[in-house]
Amino acid sequence: MKRVVEVLKEKFGNRIQGSHQETVRELQIKIAKEVVIPAARFLVETLEMRFLFLFGSDARNISGCFHLHYVFSYHHVDQFIILIVEVRGEDLTFPSLAPYLPQANWQEREIQDLFGLIAKGHPDPRRLVLHEDWPEGLYPFRKDFIQNKKVPRVNGEYVFDRVEGDGVFEIPVGPVHAGIIEPGHFRFSSAGESILKLEIRHFYTHKGTEKLGEGKDSSHLLCLAERISGDNSVAHATAAAQALETLCGFQIPPRAQFLRVVLLELERIYNHLADVGGVVLDVAFGFGAAQLARVKEQLMRLNERLTGSRLLRGMIVFGGVRNDISDLDKKYLIQEIGKIKVDFDQTIQILWNVSSLMDRIQKTGIIKKEIVEALGGTGPIARASGVDRDFRRDHPYAAYQELLFMVPVFREGDVESRIKVKMQEVYESFKLIYEAVTGMPEGISIVETVPLKPLRSALGYVESPRGECFHWIATDRDGRIARWKIQSPSFANWPLIEYAVLENIVPDFPVINKSMNLSYSGNDR
Amino acid sequence: MFRILKKNIQVGNATASFEPHHSSASQGFLGAPEIEAAKCTGCGLCVKSCPTDALQVCDDQTKDERKLFLSYGDCIFCSLCEPICPHDAVSFLGKFELASESKEKLTLSFPFCLSECKKDPAFTSQASLPVKTLPTGSQSFSQGNFAPLLSMDEIGSRLKDKVKTLFGRSLHIREVDAGSCNGCELEITNLSNPIYDVERFGIHFVASPRHADMLLVTGPVTRQMELALVKTYAAVAAPKLVLACGSCAIGGGVFNGSYAVVGGVDRSIPVDVYLPGCPPRPEAILYGIFLALGTVASKK
Ligand code: SF4
Repeated sequence: MKRVVEVLKEKFGNRIQGSHQETVRELQIKIAKEVVIPAARFLVETLEMRFLFLFGSDARNISGCFHLHYVFSYHHVDQFIILIVEVRGEDLTFPSLAPYLPQANWQEREIQDLFGLIAKGHPDPRRLVLHEDWPEGLYPFRKDFIQNKKVPRVNGEYVFDRVEGDGVFEIPVGPVHAGIIEPGHFRFSSAGESILKLEIRHFYTHKGTEKLGEGKDSSHLLCLAERISGDNSVAHATAAAQALETLCGFQIPPRAQFLRVVLLELERIYNHLADVGGVVLDVAFGFGAAQLARVKEQLMRLNERLTGSRLLRGMIVFGGVRNDISDLDKKYLIQEIGKIKVDFDQTIQILWNVSSLMDRIQKTGIIKKEIVEALGGTGPIARASGVDRDFRRDHPYAAYQELLFMVPVFREGDVESRIKVKMQEVYESFKLIYEAVTGMPEGISIVETVPLKPLRSALGYVESPRGECFHWIATDRDGRIARWKIQSPSFANWPLIEYAVLENIVPDFPVINKSMNLSYSGNDR
Repeated sequence: MFRILKKNIQVGNATASFEPHHSSASQGFLGAPEIEAAKCTGCGLCVKSCPTDALQVCDDQTKDERKLFLSYGDCIFCSLCEPICPHDAVSFLGKFELASESKEKLTLSFPFCLSECKKDPAFTSQASLPVKTLPTGSQSFSQGNFAPLLSMDEIGSRLKDKVKTLFGRSLHIREVDAGSCNGCELEITNLSNPIYDVERFGIHFVASPRHADMLLVTGPVTRQMELALVKTYAAVAAPKLVLACGSCAIGGGVFNGSYAVVGGVDRSIPVDVYLPGCPPRPEAILYGIFLALGTVASKK
């Protein structure tokens, strides 16, 4: 990794202002603002690193400036590089990366809204997170923003992109939808039945979660993390707990690592099962949907029996896993998983022979590999489009390094591929749970934690059911949480849907949407 | 086709019976905290461990009085308070039928003599505990930004009794997510699975508020969803019922105090029944719906 710094220094000279190994896997490199675009492009284009995400932080009370953090990873080395840029003084602009790396689009707009820093040269600088009735000049993520003062509403207008032409009409949908799903706005432009353009407008459920986490103690932070996206409670809590643990340079007991795998995989199974069931329901195959819903309920009851919570909440704590699993529960778990697997298997066999289902899902909602790469898509969606990537294997955490599993990858990128990826992952998860439960070392599952170290930062990451989920936590001088960044997989994946629906017919939108099953709350936070 | 039939026969009838006041949660479910008054010394340690406003103390030096409040409406059922209590007074026994028509009924208060409390070595003074907002009981909803959009009729006489007789046998519900984490949605969706099969009670989830008799609202009402919620409410034909589902919807839950949330459904529209849980399990939601309909009597 030190090599990277040398290469960068050779190329950019003294505009590389320093480097520092923040944690075992994170190298921070401080660079001057004006070279951020060439440096980022160099890392991606020449050194073949992957750009993951970028975020801001307000460090004015510590170093007198704002910071921007650009996170990169290597494919084949388990290391992360974070470029840090200072935004200082009167000039609150920074060069926009979006024209070169489109996946920076939303992230830069988010920084504009929440920190009031301006992305110079951004192709689409409209508001994103805060809607039009939020007053100008008020930036909630700045440290001098007063959290509990009531913010007045102002008049404002959001301008949608328009497609014009003969016979083109617009269909606005949402924010309140017809089914029991979360709120968000979709605007279709279509000619006849075919969709010419879709523009999504989200952040209706923006709750200021990252800001709420500031100053919280670790157990309360994890309570909040579990509620970023309810069906991904374990994934978010694990990512946050790992960030805290890395920040303290602290290892959790091996047994806890295995227990975390069990919990994470239990969550993956019920999520994927619900997604498959959702698609089946949307194509109106009632039998399949009912069977899958029944199996899902069995899983939720299993969750409850093991952890006391149907969503597996409250288990992941800073320092390990709260409740250990008894031998009795182990036996029960293995037995139940076995039963559920048979049940799932039978249902899937039936589904795959129903032509009315296959008809609707084959070649529907295709996302090309290039689009996924350019927009930074992750998770089952990426794997269904031929991107072979899984953090469990590529950057192993918890006990994944010691377990054997396959990462299913399909090439077509349509609804069918996404369903197939999820189904195969369910089978892998059954296996993983079995292996983790039987191979679990004896010992304690939780250890006494230490107070957070002051002025440190760390990254935690998890391959959640929806894809890569990152939590980045930084502490202030007193060891309190000063910034909590949540990069949820849905935030990375939502822009993909605008491409997935193109040239599909409007009635197929629900199926496509369901096959991606993105979280609105995880995205909006 | 044959396989479908075979599977159907194999599975048989999966639906579980549901009887308010008598149904129990499946094994292991934690449910809501219960404080055993005989064991509790009022030391206040649990208040620190509570991530929301569910547990709090209020001291009155002049009257030598301390009150411990347990508000189910704010509780997120995290069970962090259980291991903290040095006297084993807090337990989680799977209690979930908690829905109630008013917030007052959801708050338990335990009175103590302050000087007695101080004798306990675990005593924690109110000053050293995090600042929380004390339970105020029901709020007036008209504080909302969009209250002018609601007509007087909707705010005033609610014809409640008539509602209940009208909706005796069939009920159409429109679910509105006002910024939830999707945990509550997940459980509401589960109501339609073969185990709970909510349709057998004549309950349907409908797509349009114009067809609905009841709004089932989740989430802390984010600033950016408030207008949509008020508009949806206004679109429901009177008489109508509103159920605030989950601790977020009751008082903001874990998101209380954020710049981006209003902090409870009743700050934007009037609420008939409050339904604690994070998320409430499907049986608890059913109980809440029946309570709103008046088909079950509320518990003491
Ligand atoms: S009450 Fe709990 S489960 Fe329901 S929306 Fe709020 S945080 Fe999520």
